[in-house]
Amino acid sequence: MTIDVSPAGMRQAYASQVMRRYVVISGVTALLLISFFLDVSTGPGHYPLSTVLDVFADPMSHGVRLKVIVWDYRLPVAVTAVLVGALLAVAGAQMQTILNNPLAEPFTLGVSAAASFGASLAIVLGFSVVPAVGGLLVTTNAFFFALLTCGFILLATRLKGVGSETMILFGIAIFFTFSALLALMQYMASEDQIARIVFWMMGSLSRASWEKIALGTLLLSVAIPFSLLRTWPMTALRMGEATAESLGVDVGRLRVEMLICISLLAATAVSFVGTVGFIGLVGPHIARLLVGEDQRFFVPLSALVGALVLSLTSLISKTITPGIIYPIGIITSLIGVPVFISIILSTRRERLS
Amino acid sequence: MTLSIEHLAAGYGNRLVLSDISIPTIKDGAFVGLIGPNASGKSTLFKTLAGLIPARGGTIHLKDEDITHMRRRDRSKRVGYMPQAFGCNALLTVFESVLLALKQTTGWRVGSDNLDQVSDTLAALGLAQLSNRGIGDLSGGQAQMVAVAQTLVRAPEVILLDEPTSALDLHHQLSIMTSIKTEVRRHQPVVIAALHDLNLAAKFCDRLILLRDGKILADGTPETILAMSEIGETYKVETDLERTKRGVFYVDARLSA
Repeated sequence: MTIDVSPAGMRQAYASQVMRRYVVISGVTALLLISFFLDVSTGPGHYPLSTVLDVFADPMSHGVRLKVIVWDYRLPVAVTAVLVGALLAVAGAQMQTILNNPLAEPFTLGVSAAASFGASLAIVLGFSVVPAVGGLLVTTNAFFFALLTCGFILLATRLKGVGSETMILFGIAIFFTFSALLALMQYMASEDQIARIVFWMMGSLSRASWEKIALGTLLLSVAIPFSLLRTWPMTALRMGEATAESLGVDVGRLRVEMLICISLLAATAVSFVGTVGFIGLVGPHIARLLVGEDQRFFVPLSALVGALVLSLTSLISKTITPGIIYPIGIITSLIGVPVFISIILSTRRERLS
Repeated sequence: MTLSIEHLAAGYGNRLVLSDISIPTIKDGAFVGLIGPNASGKSTLFKTLAGLIPARGGTIHLKDEDITHMRRRDRSKRVGYMPQAFGCNALLTVFESVLLALKQTTGWRVGSDNLDQVSDTLAALGLAQLSNRGIGDLSGGQAQMVAVAQTLVRAPEVILLDEPTSALDLHHQLSIMTSIKTEVRRHQPVVIAALHDLNLAAKFCDRLILLRDGKILADGTPETILAMSEIGETYKVETDLERTKRGVFYVDARLSA
C-alpha cells in the first residue's frame, strides 16, 4: 500500500479514519437496538415481536395483561441492562485512562466487593448507613460502601509515589478486606439471609424499577456532558502524565474531577444490579480495539459496547433454560471471559488503521 | 524585548533548585542552547518557565507582560514545553497525538484548519510517512520527533525543548535541529533547547547559556562560551575549542589526566 504523504493526503487519511469510526459506532448502536428488542420480546410467555412492538407503541393495544408484562416486567429489565452496561463500561473506560491501567474497573478496584458487603450488612443486620430509606435499604447500603471505596481510591491517588500498579494492588487489598467482612456477615447470617446475600452478589436485573432507571439516566445525562468537556485533556493524559502536564493539563485536578464523576456512575451501577464483573473491562477493551483512544469516540463506544454486552447477557440468561432466569453475573463471567480472551489473543497484533 | 528572566528562584518541597537566575532579553527568532551537566537545573528552569512548578521569586516577562504567575492553561498557549520523558502505549496514531496537543488550546470541535495545522507540522518535520502509525509502534527517535511536533503544532511564542536529540541517531539529530531552525526562521519564536551535545549546540545555536548547580555561569555566543575554561570545569573534563575547515566550531573534550 502506498502512503500519500502530502498534507492533503494525511488529512484525507484522517478523515476516512473518522468516517470508519462513525460507521463502527452506528453499527454497534444498531446491534444494541436489535438486542434490546429481542430482550423485551423474550420471556416466559411467547409473544411475537410484532405484538410486543405494538404494546411498545400503545400500552393498551393488546390488553392489560400484555401491558403489565411488557411495561412493568420486561422493559425495566431490558432498559436496566442497557443502562447499567453503559454505566459500568464508561466507569471502567475512564478509570483506565485516569489510573493509566487497562485492568482498572469497578470490580478489580474492589468497588463491587464493597457494595456486596454493604448489601449484606443490610440483609443480615438490617443496619442502614442512611436512616429511613425503607425498601431501598439494600441498594442504599451498597451505594454508600461503593462510594466509600471510590473515596479511598481518590485519596490513594493523591498520595505521593502511588503509581498505577500500586493502585491495582490497593484495589486488591480493598477487595480482600471486604470479601473477609462479607464472609463474616455470611457466617453470622441465617440460611435465608445467606441465600439473599448470594443472590445479590451474583448480580441480577430482576431488581429493576423505573425509579432506579430514572436515577441512572439522570446521572448518565450529567456524566456524559461532564466527561465530553474533558475529552481532550483525557486524551492527552493517555500520552503520559508528563506530556499531558506540558500541554497545559492540570492532571491532579482532572483526576479528582473525573474520579468523583466515575465514582457516582460505578456506585450506582453496582448497587442496582449487584456484582457484574468484566463489563467494565470488556466494554472499553473492545472499544479501544475498534476506534483507538481518542476519547471522543472511545468513551461513547465503550458505553455502547458495555450496554450491548449486558443486554445480550440479559437475553441469554432467559434463553438457556426456558422459564429460568440465570443470574447475569454468572453469565458475564462464563460466556464473556472466554470471548474476551479470544479477542485479546486474536487482535493483539493488529493495531489501528 | 521578548523573553527576559530576572532573579528567578524555584524548587521542589524544601529544596531550592534554582536561585537568582537572570537571563537578559532573548529576542524573537533566537535559538538558545541551554547547556550544563545532569542535575544542573535545566529541566527545573523549563518547568518554571512553562508554569508547571511555581516561581519562588523573581519575574518572567514575555513581550513586556509579566507571566510569572500566569495560569498554567493560559501560559501553555504561549509557552510550549517538550518534557524529557516520552513513550506511552496509547492506541493513538501519530496524527491523533499531534492533533490532541493542538486541541488542548483550540476548543472542542476539530475544524479543517486544525487538520491543516497538524498535517503541515508533520510534513515540515518529515513525519508524513508515520502519520497513520500507532505511537506505541514508534522507535525512540520517532517518538521524540512526535513530541517535538506536539510542541511545534501549537505555534507558541516560546518553545522549550528538553533534550530534543537525546534518543536520535546522527541523521535524525541533524534533521530535527534543522527543522527547528527552519521553524525559528518561519515563525520567529524564542527557542531554548537543553542540549548535552556541545557540538550540536555550537552548530545550531545563536547563544548558549551555561547552567551549573542552579546558577547561570555564563551566557554568550557559542564561540565565547565554548572557549571558556568554565566549560571544562563544569563537565569535569579538559576541552579545547577547534574550528573545522567549514568554519564550524567543535569542542575537543577528554577526561582530565
